Amino acid sequence: MNWFMLALVGRDQTGIVARITQALYAAGATLGEASMIRLGGNFTMMLMVRHAGNAAALSALVQPIAKAMGLTFHIDPINGELHRHEQPNVGISVHGADRAGIVARVTSLLNDSGVNILNLDSDVGGSEAQPIYVMRIEGQTTRSIEELNQVLAPLVSEGIRIHVDELDAMVG
Amino acid sequence: MWMNSTQWSGEHSFMAVLPVLTYPDSRLTGVSKPVERFDSALRDFIMDLEETMRVGPGSVGIAAPQVGNLHRIVIVDVSEKKGVSHHGKLILVNPEIVVRQGSLVGREGCLSVPDFTGNVSRAERIRFRARDMNGAIIDIQCEGYEARAVQHEIDHLDGLLFLDRLSSRRTDLFPRKKKS
Repeated sequence: MNWFMLALVGRDQTGIVARITQALYAAGATLGEASMIRLGGNFTMMLMVRHAGNAAALSALVQPIAKAMGLTFHIDPINGELHRHEQPNVGISVHGADRAGIVARVTSLLNDSGVNILNLDSDVGGSEAQPIYVMRIEGQTTRSIEELNQVLAPLVSEGIRIHVDELDAMVG
Repeated sequence: MWMNSTQWSGEHSFMAVLPVLTYPDSRLTGVSKPVERFDSALRDFIMDLEETMRVGPGSVGIAAPQVGNLHRIVIVDVSEKKGVSHHGKLILVNPEIVVRQGSLVGREGCLSVPDFTGNVSRAERIRFRARDMNGAIIDIQCEGYEARAVQHEIDHLDGLLFLDRLSSRRTDLFPRKKKS
């Protein structure tokens, strides 16, 4: 059995998840971790799939549904590596009036500080006339919260709101 | 006997690390019974339970059903965590939360659910009553991280895991600021 990443996107509509996963299940494939979300008017899927065949065989399972529903997809072989979750120890919340470069500048500063991003979610809210950008990052760092606040201070002085908080899972 | 196994009776001169059950073991979803006898067998078991908690990776709490003993006993000790208000080691028998105030989203993990953590909303401040291991009444108010740990452990006594209370990753963009 081989692991693949199925990346799929298309206009949001009812039945994408059910039809794709049913076709995979019927063909003997099993699923790993997944991230599926509506981004704008698009439904997106990143899905770990384990299948006995090669990428072409897996593609043949997805193709008829993609064609019928107007979806595009891509399949890559991957290493499965389940049961190796990395725990984030820092969370960074960012929001402000939407403008070009927020993500690039925040993540570049974090990258320069050695922060490894494990998870990033972002939304554009507000109105079309006054869009706001909202982003949440979770990552791993060896820096202190104070150090990261200093690193991000130039952006704060430009009016972008940034909160850095320590994440410490309570294990009980 | 308050426990239905003879292995708990008699002299118990050393502590032991007990095997921790992992989900989906059905005992983790059972409802635990109140402790009725505060005897040496109870105290011996609590010593073992604490020893088991101490060797767990980063664990700040444990509940009796996590080692297969379905009685209402939990231990919480967050005193090792920096910058967290706490009441030291809490050994709580038959605990009951009597007041819940506020709510706070925070990340939780569990000895019984390896390799997974998730965000859970808990009351920010609680007041609870319990007995200590000798049967004396405890009445404590706590908040934040310690309150989270107490709520997580008491949930175990009702057969609930943090998996039953997960909130969406995406809708928890801004955890409320912890009050110090």
